Amino acid sequence: MDTYYDPKDLKKFSEISEGAPELWKKFNDWYTEVFKEGALSEREKSLIALAVAHAVQCPYCIDAYTQACLEKGADLEQMTEAVHVASAIRGGASLVHGVQMKNVNQKLTM
Amino acid sequence: MEARHKSMKAFGSELASPEVQLEIINRRNGFPSFDEKYKETGEEKLRAGKIEIMQVNLGKMCNQVCKHCHVDAGPDRKEIMTRETMELCLSALANSGIQTVDLTGGAPEMNPHFKWFVTEIKKMDKHIIVRSNLTILVTNGFEDYPEFLAGNKVEIVSSLPYYKASFTDRQRGSGVFEKSIKAMKILNGLGYGKENSGLIFNLVYNPVGAFLPPGQECLEKDYKRELAKNFGVVFNNLYTITNMPISRYLDYLLASGNYEEYMQKLVNAFNPEAARNVMCKYTLSIGWDGYLYDCDFNQMLELKVKTGNSRHIKDFDHHILEGREIITGQHCFGCTAGAGSSCGGETA
Repeated sequence: MDTYYDPKDLKKFSEISEGAPELWKKFNDWYTEVFKEGALSEREKSLIALAVAHAVQCPYCIDAYTQACLEKGADLEQMTEAVHVASAIRGGASLVHGVQMKNVNQKLTM
Repeated sequence: MEARHKSMKAFGSELASPEVQLEIINRRNGFPSFDEKYKETGEEKLRAGKIEIMQVNLGKMCNQVCKHCHVDAGPDRKEIMTRETMELCLSALANSGIQTVDLTGGAPEMNPHFKWFVTEIKKMDKHIIVRSNLTILVTNGFEDYPEFLAGNKVEIVSSLPYYKASFTDRQRGSGVFEKSIKAMKILNGLGYGKENSGLIFNLVYNPVGAFLPPGQECLEKDYKRELAKNFGVVFNNLYTITNMPISRYLDYLLASGNYEEYMQKLVNAFNPEAARNVMCKYTLSIGWDGYLYDCDFNQMLELKVKTGNSRHIKDFDHHILEGREIITGQHCFGCTAGAGSSCGGETA
């Protein structure tokens, strides 16, 4: 194996069912239901998924949800904004922990 | 991919040849054949039914050179339907129960006999659809066409691959979106796209790349909201259409390394319900030279109808044509993927 990630592996995702078919079925049914149009459109849900994919840095999900976003009618501008939202939250999440740093600093220093 | 300024034919591209295209698309590469897959509909073979729409290709000349064009149309294409062939179409119409005539091209308006043909069809009280690229309606020498179309209550169907300039101009050429909006404003001013005006104006979305189209209903909401909000323009319905892996789009798929995966997507998304309603079952396509085809795509691949007689409009006989076996190939998966695709949008 040259790399941990191979794009071809995405197509094998359903093979994970072999160890626990019932759990896979439950996951699959729930997953399918989650992405159906509801209070949010399918396009909006795909953009959220794309943002989360970047936050969790899953290359399979980034590949799949870039395609899904295009197939649900999003364009590069919308997808880029979604990635910025994910990045802003990741950056903000680090930065807001600076409050803890300040708390500790305040306690320990004169 | 760079903008195109000439047709593939003008460039002398090997892929401009229908034989070369067919040789590529009918390589199975491990995929099931369309005919095998079609049997999932419960029908043994794809056959035409009653002809409801006569789709007439008035010529391959166009003022645009779109990257996905299945006609390989452009300003350099000289193939144009003559008035004599139009007269044969009118005779065929008179001898059939066909109620709708769908005029396409190229830019059908660029045919010098376009207005005469529309006027004659209207006299027969047929419903007329014109597939207009919009920019032609704001081109010098064609400014009076919107009013002419409105006066004849012609339904207009126009491509607008996105509700923003980015995707539209990348597929159809720089500045096309802006000109299209200008034309839409003129059409709206005449009543096109407005409720109860009796003037129907529909838009067509097709993907700007190697992916399948979104659901029609959902995308229509986005188009209506964004076009009204940003440009103050309205339309009736949005049709989503799948790109067919032939001609310039095939060229794009091959050049970008997306061909195999795109074909895989089309085959995986085969939908028997969409296949049962494909447009070739009720549409007859007529080429600029009068030859008959099962659809506009088969026309561009030069696959004439599979009938012993009635292969040219001069020999038109709807009794022979109805019930004929449709000529199929791997490109037909383009009409049966997902919610299906036809000149009128989804089929499932």
